[in-house]
Amino acid sequence: MSGVRVLVGTHKGAFILTSDGKRTKWDVSGPHFAGWEIYHVKGSPADPNRLYASQTSGWFGQIIQRSDDGGKTWFQPGTKPGEPTKTPEGFPKAESNKFVYDTSSETGKPLTTHQWYDGTQHPWEFKRVWHLEPSLTDPNTVYAGVEDAALFRTIDGGQTWHELAGLRGHGTGPKWAPGAGGMGLHTILLDHKNHNRIYVAISAAGVFRTDDAGKTWKPINRGLRSEYIPDPNAEVGHCVHRIAMHRSRPNVLFMQKHWDVMRSDDAGESWHEVSGNLPTDFGFVIDVHTHEPNTIYVIPIKSDSEHFPPEGKLRVYRSRSGGNEWEALTKGLPQSDCYVNILRDAMAVDSLDSCGIYFGTTGGQVYLSPDGGDNWNAIVSNLPAVFSVEVQTLQ
Amino acid sequence: MIRVVLPYHLRTLAQSDAEVQIAVAGAVTICSVLDALETHYPMLRGTIRDHVTQQRRPFLRFFACGEDFSLESSDIELPPKIVSGEEPFLIIGAIAGG
Repeated sequence: MSGVRVLVGTHKGAFILTSDGKRTKWDVSGPHFAGWEIYHVKGSPADPNRLYASQTSGWFGQIIQRSDDGGKTWFQPGTKPGEPTKTPEGFPKAESNKFVYDTSSETGKPLTTHQWYDGTQHPWEFKRVWHLEPSLTDPNTVYAGVEDAALFRTIDGGQTWHELAGLRGHGTGPKWAPGAGGMGLHTILLDHKNHNRIYVAISAAGVFRTDDAGKTWKPINRGLRSEYIPDPNAEVGHCVHRIAMHRSRPNVLFMQKHWDVMRSDDAGESWHEVSGNLPTDFGFVIDVHTHEPNTIYVIPIKSDSEHFPPEGKLRVYRSRSGGNEWEALTKGLPQSDCYVNILRDAMAVDSLDSCGIYFGTTGGQVYLSPDGGDNWNAIVSNLPAVFSVEVQTLQ
Repeated sequence: MIRVVLPYHLRTLAQSDAEVQIAVAGAVTICSVLDALETHYPMLRGTIRDHVTQQRRPFLRFFACGEDFSLESSDIELPPKIVSGEEPFLIIGAIAGG
């Protein structure tokens, strides 16, 4: 019988929630890595028992964890205990926790600078991994979106990571700037039909696309308009919060921007607004129904600065027309005194016949709708603040 | 053997007790102690010192025999009581919030 495994990253550890296909009774495992910030946990589409987690701390830095048994046990895939950490020549051996910007003359560039909050130039400094995106076909290949914004890749199951430096080295790099949460590369979308095509999104730079498997990149932000930057129509500098696609239509992209919900029908070459009748077009998450490519979900959030649901009512909005016309989904969600936020990586969908929609809140709830958004219930209610939610549909 | 006391989060990473004992070849300095520690516990590499610069991470501090060695050169020799194992070398997470 099919089932689901929900991977939850929180402010104080990771949790794994499992259920059968009915999605009524849940087993909660965790906290894994208790006390650490878990920005993201995601499974390989090619091997569902292969999981990767980004474990991070302001004190101790970045750790990459890997599980080969669906989250029962975890290990760091780098150097094994007892093995020397240096080569005989004295050079440090590569390890799974090491994310070093590429400055080689062959593939990288001298460590470039980006724009700081005050407009001055600031060198790239690695802080943490925000997002892990396993390859669609190879469990040992994973992309990592990091802060300060760059894209890394492992092809050896997380033992070593190397930057795809063409992105950070893009000519617009000096114009990228951190958003309120830092300058993170937070979204990585892999094209299911064209494996050389990858989309990434960065706050606050915008969306970029490669058509040659990561060697070269181009900004794809035409049509975005951001009143809060000096040139509202700039090529880069937009605070894109999240982008999403349906696997059957990789040329159709949906975006939740700092303000505005946007849509592209030409692989990001141009965007148009589809905010329509939303109560506010600010928010973080956006996702697409597994079986209905034109059905999309957002959670409007009040801003600037408040970052909680308007009127204290937690409402998911669904559009069955790919935007513009939205309906509020409220059954089972708190409709008074609710002041949580839903962060950008904290919504996901399963692929069961009746598509399940999941999202986590900064109040520690993980909500599920087993029927595409009509009815909601909390799987768990008292976790630490939720950073990320991913779902695996298990056969 | 050199005794090293780890902060809580590094104990869980290393799957060790609060105090670990390691052999250090040659002069016992901050650098040689950390080199030996990372050889025995490679999962700690990058958590105490930056991967590239080998600088102490800013929210960690080093103490030996009641003295703060955080700002000392990593090549400075540690006190005899650390060398003899009478006192542990302390790696402490700075207290700066939750």
